[in-house]
Amino acid sequence: MEDAFVFAVLTANATVRVATPLILCAMAGLFSERSGIIDIGLEGKMLGAAFIAASVAAVTGSVWLALAAGVALAVCLALLHGFACITHNGNHVVSGVAINILVSGLTVVLGIAWFQRGGQTPGVGPEARFMPLELPLASALADVPLLGTLYSGFLSGHNLLVYTAFFAVFATWWVIYRTRFGLRLRAVGENPHAVDTAGISVAWLRYRAVMICGLLTGIAGTYLAIAQNAGFVRDMSAGQGYIALAAMIFGKWRPVPALGACLMFGLLDAVAIRLQGVVVPGLGEVPVQLIQALPYILTVVLLAGFIGKAVAPKAIGVPYVKEA
Amino acid sequence: MSTGDDRLTNDRAAVPSSPPPAIELHGISKSFGPVQANQNVSMTIAAGDIHGIVGENGAGKSTLMSILYGFYEADQGEIRVAGQSVNIASPDKAIAAGIGMVHQHFMLVDTFTVLENVMMGAESGVLLSGSITAARSELKRLEAEYDLYVDPKAVIEDLPVGELQRVEILKALYRGAKVLILDEPTGVLTPQETEQLFRILKALKAQGGTVILITHKLREIMAITDTVTVMRHGKVVASKTTAETSEAELAELMVGRKIRAELQRTEVAAGAVALRVGHLTVRDAYQVPRVDDVSFEIRAHEIVGVAGVSGNGQSELLEALSGILPVDDGLFEIGGRRITPNAPCDPAQLRALHLAHVPEDRQRLGMVGEFSARESAILGYHNDPLYQAGFMFNQVAIKAKCADLMTQFDVRPPLPEALSANLSGGNQQKLILARELNRAPDVLLVGQPTRGVDIGAIEFIHRQLIELRDRGCAILLVSVELEEIMALSDRILVMFEGRIVAELPAADADERSLGLLMANAAPVETAH
Repeated sequence: MEDAFVFAVLTANATVRVATPLILCAMAGLFSERSGIIDIGLEGKMLGAAFIAASVAAVTGSVWLALAAGVALAVCLALLHGFACITHNGNHVVSGVAINILVSGLTVVLGIAWFQRGGQTPGVGPEARFMPLELPLASALADVPLLGTLYSGFLSGHNLLVYTAFFAVFATWWVIYRTRFGLRLRAVGENPHAVDTAGISVAWLRYRAVMICGLLTGIAGTYLAIAQNAGFVRDMSAGQGYIALAAMIFGKWRPVPALGACLMFGLLDAVAIRLQGVVVPGLGEVPVQLIQALPYILTVVLLAGFIGKAVAPKAIGVPYVKEA
Repeated sequence: MSTGDDRLTNDRAAVPSSPPPAIELHGISKSFGPVQANQNVSMTIAAGDIHGIVGENGAGKSTLMSILYGFYEADQGEIRVAGQSVNIASPDKAIAAGIGMVHQHFMLVDTFTVLENVMMGAESGVLLSGSITAARSELKRLEAEYDLYVDPKAVIEDLPVGELQRVEILKALYRGAKVLILDEPTGVLTPQETEQLFRILKALKAQGGTVILITHKLREIMAITDTVTVMRHGKVVASKTTAETSEAELAELMVGRKIRAELQRTEVAAGAVALRVGHLTVRDAYQVPRVDDVSFEIRAHEIVGVAGVSGNGQSELLEALSGILPVDDGLFEIGGRRITPNAPCDPAQLRALHLAHVPEDRQRLGMVGEFSARESAILGYHNDPLYQAGFMFNQVAIKAKCADLMTQFDVRPPLPEALSANLSGGNQQKLILARELNRAPDVLLVGQPTRGVDIGAIEFIHRQLIELRDRGCAILLVSVELEEIMALSDRILVMFEGRIVAELPAADADERSLGLLMANAAPVETAH
């Protein structure tokens, strides 16, 4: 019983660690897509932010400068996407894919030029990483059965960015459903003509949405580089931007269901790690590759079959052109 | 001339009791590329008036109002609101100046509630909770003042068109509009809904509001406006007091020549049954019947009109009979062939049975905008041996055919090379009609033949349809224009929620009884 509980806590911890970048990216995508801008470039923005954050951390040793740099780069990339899609009515998917390819190549090229380590950045020590935070009284309560274990073993002991991710879900929900900006954001993704005739600038609203998207992907990238890991490795985002996008769609463009989807993908990943080397009765040892592929397979299956009618914002991906 | 104007203005300023006009437009010009949409347009709209603006499609009415609402910026000219010169560069400036607009295509967010739509853009603060309370009480006040009720919690996509329009009016009033512009507000309404709208407009006027009504329906102008401005080709051709003019005069001013109000039609005895429809049912993707157990016959020498508020299955009926949608139940018979769910027939095969189809949505189903006119002129008949030259098209023959059709149907400009999308709505329609009528069909299905078509072309199209009937064609006419249905049809079917709820000879029909039947407000009475 106690063992099972400890196992559950460990798995939950692993889930949360894996899900953090997914959650941040899903919320980022939610802002962008609710405003009508398709964002397939979550992956690229996150990867770019990871690279810059790792580089700045390696050079300056400051986590805050690293975070600022990561966010700044991601916001710049988001603005680039916005410039293409909002100002010039470009195709959202093409622009997003272009950003992904650009970042994937550029990080390696710059990494080699700056650090001569085959595209990696130098590893950073604990002082230049977001380290686990201990919540008040965590060690004192650790011995209390169940609740104490839950508090000190699960709630406590994560780094700042993990808490930020969960806070971001609440903040996203609040902004989308409880503020004037959120109302207009939801409206502009459904019918930009209605927003325009109500005397609100469609372009400025969408630019603000993609900037928030950049901010959140920047935090996600920083998390990958100097919280979950201790440096940048080429293509370290490994498709998580796409999975986050899938989770957001699976959550039907709503913050809390999207969080659920992210946690489910996280759990699958965490379980996959634990399943490695385990012999399943009747099947033998499950191949590692299959386990690692599971989240991706599930993404396809869920999106193809189980999501039901995903009602996207109506004006998503459609350039806004004035017409009387 | 200008000195006279100045003196007039001064005189007016000297009399304190007369309020300045609500809106004055002086020399407004606007062009889109080579197209001059508005040319030196001036008009004065007195405060508290209901002012009509009439004109054919493309006369520049909507552009002018979009300029007044700040959607477009004028190239030249001055706008004065209540005597003050204002620069309206965007809709929020117009709203601030007390101008509200109800667009022809509603500017509502479908997934939002009425309340959310009303307050969007006019929220009271950064957080929504305060705005919601404020909007709710303001809606109550407006409801009491103008007798304008819509459930604030209702979601837009669940509401009928008439209520959507009320939401739009509420939106404008909520923003404090003193001048309300309505762009073709009655196009989608039943006669009853139209009457209700007019009651609201009169209430607005009674409260001191000013209304600008853009329409092409002269009867409405006569019924409700105080003053009227007629536009033609981007210019103002006349401004009149409604009481001192007539429908005929306005119509003449609109088109610039006399038009015949009544269609000449000869009585011809109906011939053999050309199209028989038996218990036809068509379902949509959600298995909801859109056409529900419909039966009727059309004989040669007969035009059967289908009246109904759009969206009650008329479109699906046309698409099923033309082979675009599959038949889910029942059958129809044409040219000795029975089309059932198990024996379907595609549009090409139906065409071979001498059925022609002028679709409702000409841009989507009637032609390809990116094609040249000559290509659009043979669409659907492109496999005709006449147009073939080995593996290639016989471009010379196609061009000659198109030029021939264009002359016969007065398509302007008569250039087979013109891009289809660049032809005006009326000319596109004439080209499609020319193509479909050219083969002397036994049965013609025609949907909204004059939607978005100007008066001159409407008259021409109506004459063509009558002539075709006189030559022995059986015609099924679907239209939301009751006048058109009543003018052309020998018999009228009324559709409501996919069913035929009434059938009556055209001679017995009037707008009011049809309107009631369309809204299914009258007891069902069929001729059979």
